[in-house]
Amino acid sequence: MTESPIKSVVVKSSAPPAEASQTPFIEVENLSLHYGTTRALKNISLKLGEKVVTAFIGPSGCGKSTFLRCFNRMNDLIDSVHIDGVIKIGGQDIYEKQVDAIELRKRVGMVFQRSNPFPKSIYENVAYGLRLQGIKAKQEIEGRVERSLRDAALWDEVKDRLQSSALGLSGGQQQRLCIARAIAIRPEIILMDEPASALDPIATAKIEELILELKKDFTIIIVTHNMQQAARISDHTAFFYLGELIEFDRTHKVFTNPAKRQTEDYVTGRFG
Amino acid sequence: MASQKEKRSIGWMGLSRGHKARPLEWIVEKMIFLISLSAILMVFLIFVFVTREAMPIFLGKADSSLVQQIIPASEMDKMPPEKLQEYLGLTPEEFKSKDRETLQLLMEVREEGAKEATDDRDAKVNTVSPRYIFKPYQWTGYDQPVYIWQPVSQIKKFNIIPLIVGSLKVTLVALLFSVPLALGAAIYVSQLAPPRLKEIVKPCIELLSGIPSVVLGFFALIVMASFLQGTFHYQSRLNAFNAGIALGLAIIPVVFSIAEDALTSVPRSYMQAALAVGSTKWQAAWKVILPAALPGVFAAVVLGFGRAVGETMIVLMASGNASIMSWNIFDSTRSITATIAAELAETVFGGPHYRMLFVIGVLLFIVTFISNLVGELIMHRVKGRLEGKR
Repeated sequence: MTESPIKSVVVKSSAPPAEASQTPFIEVENLSLHYGTTRALKNISLKLGEKVVTAFIGPSGCGKSTFLRCFNRMNDLIDSVHIDGVIKIGGQDIYEKQVDAIELRKRVGMVFQRSNPFPKSIYENVAYGLRLQGIKAKQEIEGRVERSLRDAALWDEVKDRLQSSALGLSGGQQQRLCIARAIAIRPEIILMDEPASALDPIATAKIEELILELKKDFTIIIVTHNMQQAARISDHTAFFYLGELIEFDRTHKVFTNPAKRQTEDYVTGRFG
Repeated sequence: MASQKEKRSIGWMGLSRGHKARPLEWIVEKMIFLISLSAILMVFLIFVFVTREAMPIFLGKADSSLVQQIIPASEMDKMPPEKLQEYLGLTPEEFKSKDRETLQLLMEVREEGAKEATDDRDAKVNTVSPRYIFKPYQWTGYDQPVYIWQPVSQIKKFNIIPLIVGSLKVTLVALLFSVPLALGAAIYVSQLAPPRLKEIVKPCIELLSGIPSVVLGFFALIVMASFLQGTFHYQSRLNAFNAGIALGLAIIPVVFSIAEDALTSVPRSYMQAALAVGSTKWQAAWKVILPAALPGVFAAVVLGFGRAVGETMIVLMASGNASIMSWNIFDSTRSITATIAAELAETVFGGPHYRMLFVIGVLLFIVTFISNLVGELIMHRVKGRLEGKR
């Protein structure tokens, strides 16, 4: 893994795509990540704007999910992980010592590949994060639960059974519940790790619709294996290969006129 | 070729061949079934045996009163054999196996006993009837009705309430002491501890279950009792509190290992989901993982209860063993199990005392059975609710 066949194309510092060239909201500088002695991410640098959808694509094992987990420091939970480099969100380096990972995760929400609602009622699932923030007033919690469920396009389906277990919902509903849970605490960024990969096409379409809707309020980073999905919903696309960022540009450009050979091979389905 | 074709043609695709298709698997399966059945049978047989020995008391046929109707030994020959057998309280087999002289001797003993009997009004009382087993009674010389278990005395008193209270007291102290500790340790080890620490702590706690209960009892009797008395300044050194703490040490590993398994088997994705909305590991463990593992944790507590009620040696050694009717945990006490263990070897085989010990044995059986049943039912409900089936 350490010797990459395409070392020559390491992107030193991808220029931010034209539209995002105002002040970048998220800045990644020379980020490297090691699992023990294995280097999983190599000198990644990129800049993301606010309230855009960025898709990370690449073949399995290219490090895109690992990279995603750097943004809310979920990798901290794995003992053998060592991270070098800087990730700034709103100008603040999140890997600085005084940054509390718990507080960070309240501002950077996450939706996982497999839907993972708690074995509690639908209502409690969404209210959980709110209670963590110390909100006690029942009325406020109720209001925000409803709003989150509406935002996640789930309200009409569950409004009559808020108190029944979340595990009784279908797979697609569970995933939208997880999104509702993530947005209930009003984070600034939502990370999505292949949120639709375990769902059927109809449920996937609903999630995609939802992402386009959520884009108005949140900055979204989504990892996906589905290239059509990336093309449909993202503004910018980053292509990873063997732990390196190969290309980062507007989605339209990545898919129609990629600058790098590897990107072209991947998006046209020649490998991956 | 021809034979193969024949073999295949038994039913469509060989479907109707049934167990003949894989005889070895069929045999193994049936064997395992039989073995598991034998375990159930064993429990059942033990229960039948214990109940049989206690039966005369349940049926009201046992009589422990000292003053009974006396038939002089000289009239033995006039009595029909069935009457004689009943009078002497023998089973038909026993009756047959005894010769005439022995029977006469038994009758004379009976006569002697009646002569020696006091004129105490209590001597006429059948102390193994339900009235005296469950309710307080004012015995001669007492100034108020009391619950009392005193099987070795002229008037044998068999009130089981002090024993039940004793068992409950010790069990309660043991659970109050051990469940919070064991659950805390289980949460810590399964969710919060760094992996290397977990590798050390878990086997250490489980090692505790390897300590023979007599050693724990010994420790409680000699070391802990003095220490606890010195710390809390109560009067009797050996008491329910001391026994409860020692018993707690014995059930910590039971509760811990089952609760820890239950907590560890909660999908890791719950923890990740909780952390991703900004909870600390502790908040996630307490508010998400523990509720999700509740059926298993509950099972652990029920099992701990069963072990605590049934444990004998520790209680026998550390409780002071005095059957005092008192809810005070700092009084010496005696549990059901300790009573059986201490007294059974010294009873007259088939006598009222012997039968009463079997009655409390049946009681113990029923208590553990009901607690397990209730535990199972509650677990089932909680599980159903968690999985959204309700």
